[in-house]
Amino acid sequence: MNVLSNANRGLTPINASDEVDAEIKSHNSKVLRRRLIVNALRLLLLVVIIGGWELGARLYVATNEAFGIDPFFWGQPSGVWAQLVTWVRDGTSQGPLWEQIAVTLEEAVIGFAIGVVLGVVFGVVLGRNQFLADVLGPYIKAANSIPRVMLAPLFLIGFGLGMQSKVALAVVLVFFIVFFNAFQGVREVDRNLLANARILGASNRQLSMHVIIPSALSWILASLHVSFAFALVGAVVGEFIGGIQGVGLMVQVAGANFNANGVFGAIVILAVVALVAETSVTWLENRLVRWRPNQAAEATL
Amino acid sequence: MNAIMSDPAINPPDSNSQGAVAPSAASIALEHVTKRFRTPKGQMYTALRDLTLSVAPGEFCAVVGPTGCGKSTTLGLISGLERPNAGEVYVMGAPVTGIDPRIGYVFQTDAVFPWKNVLKNVAAGPLFRGASRAEAYERARDWIARVGLAGFEDRYPHQLSGGMRKRVALAQTLINEPQILLMDEPFSALDVQTRNLMGDELLQLWSASGASVVFVTHDLEEAIALADKVCVITAGPGTVKGIYPVDLPRPRNAAEIRFDPRFITLYQTIWEDLRSEVIISYERAKQR
Repeated sequence: MNVLSNANRGLTPINASDEVDAEIKSHNSKVLRRRLIVNALRLLLLVVIIGGWELGARLYVATNEAFGIDPFFWGQPSGVWAQLVTWVRDGTSQGPLWEQIAVTLEEAVIGFAIGVVLGVVFGVVLGRNQFLADVLGPYIKAANSIPRVMLAPLFLIGFGLGMQSKVALAVVLVFFIVFFNAFQGVREVDRNLLANARILGASNRQLSMHVIIPSALSWILASLHVSFAFALVGAVVGEFIGGIQGVGLMVQVAGANFNANGVFGAIVILAVVALVAETSVTWLENRLVRWRPNQAAEATL
Repeated sequence: MNAIMSDPAINPPDSNSQGAVAPSAASIALEHVTKRFRTPKGQMYTALRDLTLSVAPGEFCAVVGPTGCGKSTTLGLISGLERPNAGEVYVMGAPVTGIDPRIGYVFQTDAVFPWKNVLKNVAAGPLFRGASRAEAYERARDWIARVGLAGFEDRYPHQLSGGMRKRVALAQTLINEPQILLMDEPFSALDVQTRNLMGDELLQLWSASGASVVFVTHDLEEAIALADKVCVITAGPGTVKGIYPVDLPRPRNAAEIRFDPRFITLYQTIWEDLRSEVIISYERAKQR
């Protein structure tokens, strides 16, 4: 970046600095204007969707159910808001709202952590050991082809209605994503870098620590974005199928009571949790791969 | 291995003997080496056939040849990264059985670690070999200064220019004080001016080290400007076509020696030999 601006300065005759300043100013204002338009359109889109939904629901009631969106089945934004307020103020039928979020988040985070560690360890070991990879390959592919949510009943039988069964489901969901990425990452390590490290005197362990894992890290980190979302899915689906606490149970209870607003409310809560988690994964990624040209920032939406 | 290092049978070679140094006295000797690779289709491809070449201690040997003649394979065999199918490779008089710690290797493509900054890249060798962190960093700082990168210790490779990355690679290799330096078209990715400059710096660093060098290149000018002898390899399967001693005086200025009349004569002589191989290689590439 510095090199570029220096090069530009080198090409500019000194007496043209006013011209350059003007150019920079006009460029800055262009960037600013574009950002303003993007944000305005984003807001507009939100207003149109939420407003349209709300309007449709009110129209339905006003026209005596002749026209619009039936809020009994599809909910309405004001109802969702009211539901959220009630939950925050009075708690849910299973207890305080924060407790539900904390339980789900705890299940997801523990499942995520275990799944990531297992996935990375297995991925690196199998990625480095062709023989083991050949032996285990078909079984891993077979296990991966099973829709893993179907294991939920099994975990409920094995681990009970508590947290463990949800953690187990999250682990299974996270593991395969991280495993395949770590495995591929190890396989894709630049052969030149490996040869260079070996010539420089690296032992097998040093090869792993200094070349293979750092190189595979971009792949592994890319998988973390997706896999935290899957850890949440695991926790929520587990609660959904059989649980005593958590946001998944809130959805289940709301659905069973024909409370469409409650379902949407729980979805909003989950979306916020997922967004916060995604932000922290991005932060972690930027910290861990500081050596990389700043592509992560450019690719972020 | 220690016994070999103290081998007293190292005599100054006769530079006019076309590199025919006895294996025990040469620091590198390839004897009737053949190397085959399995192609993805399951066929065998012969990269080198019956290649014999030796490099004396402290000698700078350039290897030139057309694309795909197995020049890089030669370096792979000397370094111990690859094993020959037939023949034997000797380093310091002993057969090569694995990666030798006395060898340094500068690769054609960027092989510096992108996730390490300049300091950690250069310190990697001593750290791998068991030096303490403090000592490794101290030596690394010294080498970074020697290749002219002082002040860039904290930069990551992607923040450097191609020439600067090559300097990092050089420091990274030379910090291990190799007695044998293998270089695989190290400057081919650089622009011509930078390449000449780097060649000159390499000569200075090399003359201080006393290492034997095998420098693979497709650029005959570069080969003559740098080397004590130039070895021409035939179009694949590669074997030695001719060995030419370069009797240009040292110290040399790699960029300016090109204007020397003796340089031009040498260039013409070697090019006569190289041209037919280049044409064969080119015709083959067209048929494919």
